[in-house]
Amino acid sequence: MDSPKAAPRARPLSPHLQIYRPVLSMVMSIVHRITGAALYGGTALVAIWLVSAASGPSAFAMAQTVYGSIIGQLILFLYTWTLIHHALGGVRHLIWDTGRGFELQQREFLYRLTLGGSITLTIVVWIAALLLRGA
Amino acid sequence: MRTPLGQVRGMGAAKAGTEHFWTQRMTAVSNLPLTIFFVGIVATLAGSSHASATALLGAPWVAIPLLLLILSVAVHMRIGMQVIIEDYVHGEVPKMLALMANTFFCIAVGLACAFALLKISFGV
Repeated sequence: MDSPKAAPRARPLSPHLQIYRPVLSMVMSIVHRITGAALYGGTALVAIWLVSAASGPSAFAMAQTVYGSIIGQLILFLYTWTLIHHALGGVRHLIWDTGRGFELQQREFLYRLTLGGSITLTIVVWIAALLLRGA
Repeated sequence: MRTPLGQVRGMGAAKAGTEHFWTQRMTAVSNLPLTIFFVGIVATLAGSSHASATALLGAPWVAIPLLLLILSVAVHMRIGMQVIIEDYVHGEVPKMLALMANTFFCIAVGLACAFALLKISFGV
């Protein structure tokens, strides 16, 4: 037992993320925040693209080349998934805001729907874009 | 005489109350259809020439929803990042600087996009 006169020492903080076993609900919550933060930075890519289009053909051609490169396409692919995942996660939160969908099975279903939906829709969008490009 | 409510009003971390919560939901709703539209436009413009890209981006039926999207997104992402900053930045001065930088970034990105779209639209 500590005596009441013991010098103050660093007190334990409340447990944080690293103490818990990762479960789907927790991972999806964290991913929603991470995707939101990534989209925050990603808006700069949109701004650069639009400003290059407004600046003229040569600036736009350069942007299209960079965004069309392999690394550019990879980033845009991840950007697409990030955007769709965050959007679907937002819909999930809007459903929760109505007070619905909080039962364990409903939550698990919504998580799986968000993740499966974001991956599927990302692939669909890219197939559509590639088909349009070919047309 | 000050009521208990009057004493705590404006004392929260953000000096503001529930309007951020509500604005975040409102812009989430407006982001949805506008983002779907934006993704469609970008997918259409993949690898296109400057002439066809500016022709599409400058058309009123494209430029107006995109301007609405920029406004909606800028407000939404400013609140979202503010929540993240308030969660992880604890010192009062670093927090205020981060919140300020957040506002600057959101306004700068939003204005750059809006200016670009208007310039393309008016074709000057």
